[in-house]
Amino acid sequence: MHADLVQLRPEGLYCPAGDFHIDPWRPVPRAVITHGHSDHARSGMGTYHVTESGLPILLWRLGQQDYHAHPYGEAFTLGAARVSLHPAGHVLGSAQVRIEVDGEVWVAGGDYKRQPDPTCEPFEVVPCDVFITEATFGLPIYRWPDTAEVARDILEWRDECAAGGEAAIVYCYALGKAQRLLAEIGALDDQPVWLHGAMDPGVDIYRAAGAQLAPTRRVADAAKDESFAGRLVIAPPSAAGSPWLRRFRRAQQGFASGWMRIRGNRRRRNYDRGFVISDHADWPDLLRTVQETGARRIIATHGDTDALVRVLRDMGVDAGAFRTEFGGEET
Amino acid sequence: MKRFATLYQRLDRSTATLDKRAALVAYFREAPARDAAWALWLLAGNKIGGARARLAGSRELRTWIAEVSGTPDWLVDASYDQVGDLAETLALLLDDPHEAAEEMSLADWIESRLLPVANSSELERRDVVVEAWYTLPFAERFLFNKLLTGALRVGVSRGLVQQALAELSGVDIALIAQRMLGAWTPSPDFLAGLLSPDAQPGDTASPFPFFLASPLEQPADALGDIREWLLEWKWDGIRLQLIRRNGEVALWSRGEERLDGRFPEIEAAAQALPEDAVIDGELLVWTDGDAPQPFTALQTRIQRLKPGAKTLAQTPARLLVYDLLELAGEDMRRLPLAERRAHVAGLVGRLDDRRIALSPEVVAQDWADAAMLRHEARARGVEGLMLKRRSSVYQHGRKRGDWWKWKVDPLTIDAVLIYAQAGHGRRSTLHTDYTFGVWDGEALVPVAKAYSGLSDAEILELDRWIRQHTRERFGPVRSVAAEQVFELAFEAVNLSKRHKSGVAVRFPRILRWRKDKPPHEADQLDTLKALTR
Repeated sequence: MHADLVQLRPEGLYCPAGDFHIDPWRPVPRAVITHGHSDHARSGMGTYHVTESGLPILLWRLGQQDYHAHPYGEAFTLGAARVSLHPAGHVLGSAQVRIEVDGEVWVAGGDYKRQPDPTCEPFEVVPCDVFITEATFGLPIYRWPDTAEVARDILEWRDECAAGGEAAIVYCYALGKAQRLLAEIGALDDQPVWLHGAMDPGVDIYRAAGAQLAPTRRVADAAKDESFAGRLVIAPPSAAGSPWLRRFRRAQQGFASGWMRIRGNRRRRNYDRGFVISDHADWPDLLRTVQETGARRIIATHGDTDALVRVLRDMGVDAGAFRTEFGGEET
Repeated sequence: MKRFATLYQRLDRSTATLDKRAALVAYFREAPARDAAWALWLLAGNKIGGARARLAGSRELRTWIAEVSGTPDWLVDASYDQVGDLAETLALLLDDPHEAAEEMSLADWIESRLLPVANSSELERRDVVVEAWYTLPFAERFLFNKLLTGALRVGVSRGLVQQALAELSGVDIALIAQRMLGAWTPSPDFLAGLLSPDAQPGDTASPFPFFLASPLEQPADALGDIREWLLEWKWDGIRLQLIRRNGEVALWSRGEERLDGRFPEIEAAAQALPEDAVIDGELLVWTDGDAPQPFTALQTRIQRLKPGAKTLAQTPARLLVYDLLELAGEDMRRLPLAERRAHVAGLVGRLDDRRIALSPEVVAQDWADAAMLRHEARARGVEGLMLKRRSSVYQHGRKRGDWWKWKVDPLTIDAVLIYAQAGHGRRSTLHTDYTFGVWDGEALVPVAKAYSGLSDAEILELDRWIRQHTRERFGPVRSVAAEQVFELAFEAVNLSKRHKSGVAVRFPRILRWRKDKPPHEADQLDTLKALTR
């Protein structure tokens, strides 16, 4: 029996055998980064190990750093550890980190989802002894509807807005969610979608990676007298309540997030509509994934870990939790 | 069911009153009468089968959903804590049915499924509920659960429903409001009568909708010449309508409850009125002396269905008369207040019984004089002054302009936040129900619960603080570190045996978050006790 392959340290998750951290929140010499969201990819690390498809996102978010890009599934050696990165299905280039030392295998899942997403590589089940799982939506009330169904709801709402002479503004995260929405909507409808300026870099990166997105136009390029009535506009949540909204004389506002599953969350933020679409696993998928990895031990991170850990323990699984500082991007 | 679920969704999504009204008008225009009658019943805040019909208790629903969804009880409770709404939690814990069941109307769901099993065995009630859960898609399942758990809470007031019905039918809203007072059944016949322009048999037997005063927001002297205004004390009792028609007496509270039998001394006095009349007044407990008993004394009376001799002797009730709505069968509401008051003064003058007496006019030379009198209010056991335009007709509901309540400035204390609980409805994800304590020696004793007074930004900030400073959790309630001080306002403090602290405060609310004050500088219990009367 040797020490745990991954341990919780003040800087973040640490692998002593390989002397590296996974998504650390304080500066360390060597970091393996699962994806580009700001709570997982921070600046100040000595070297960065990332996926090849995730590299453009890291460059956008963190600028030039000492990057080592790896193709999915291709093992590399860090210290005594054999490390490889595997698709997590969360956003473009997102990874699970597989660590093998002396025949023992640990997988840190990072953020992941199991729902189909045309804009990123699908989640791969990686068999392991210990699986570190996220639990952002760790209660059985979180069950995601079919994404295409949600996209149809958004278009229906846009058409209702058109009838009232209003713009339909959807807030969502600029990395991942926005592009996924554009892909799902583009599959159903060919009208252009208008973008807030904060959306540009992510959309360009996804297009360069080959994602098929709906045609887009920039709100900043619109003519002064452009009527946005009946137009779908995508903006980051920070634009809500900002002076930027003034150019849409009449508008309804919606929010696309897993949190919109709960009515109180939408009403509290005063959104007209909430669209349930998440890049995290819902409750049934958390349980399914934990089982499919075949892991004999589960460690839950960020989110409602209490409920998941207790359910797994009641099922006879050796489960525990790490108290991490993840969860900034979608809260 | 689908149609009503769609209406619910439209009401729930919109924050604009105009949109909501339009949605209501469209629904009542299109829905079959049986459905519309039930929808009205539910929107008016009524329960299916009335208060005594047992369909499903909160504990039962949680047990059943645990069974059918395969979720452990503790996880159902944890989910409920997160959602804050039981009907919604129940709907969220199940997936949608693979195939939609055949549509059944709202009225059929209620009349042929729910009502037949009301008050029957748990097994029979469970069967009906679980079958609905298995067949209804999310939006309808959620609404179905709302029918079981009571209030719809969809941000629609009774007044808004009445506006929509008035718009739809062309019947005056005052008449609609009057027809909806008191007991009615959700039937097509009732709905037809409600929306009929013709006189209905019940029109003469029911109470009138109350006219309510608004809080005075501008300086009183902006109201113009004080001689155009009638000033009265604002009594702290129960607003009441006394109806005597054809010699029969009925008492109606503003909450639209009949109080018959509870105040026999008032009914007896009313029998002796020289003419039939409908009187608007305030019910108080008044032993002897110059001031009524505090509101707590009246509370003990409201609960007694048939008060005994001892109760009647210890807490005798009086009605202070404000207004006259009907005299000898004639509707007086369109007359100016000055005339109505002259009539009612004559009527109770001839009765000559202190149990039904005129609420006296407060005489002030000018507004400065009135302001001085208002300052005496608390010593007199009243809440402040009422200002009524002498030329005003008796309207219905809360209409600004003619009647104002000019309350005395509230009492204030500094108290420490000790418990917090998540709110309901739109506040369900935030801790918005607070319990405050003051010092009794070294300990903090709870003295007030308050839900309002903070801005949205402050609520968010405080919620974050609460989560980080939780000491213990008791179900949904958290005890927190005794660090945050708040200035609370309230109308009065009364001694109370029912409260651990020994005092009960009336209408507490938060005035300010005193971040500048350390907790040991919050007030003492003795300070609060000194404010009792």
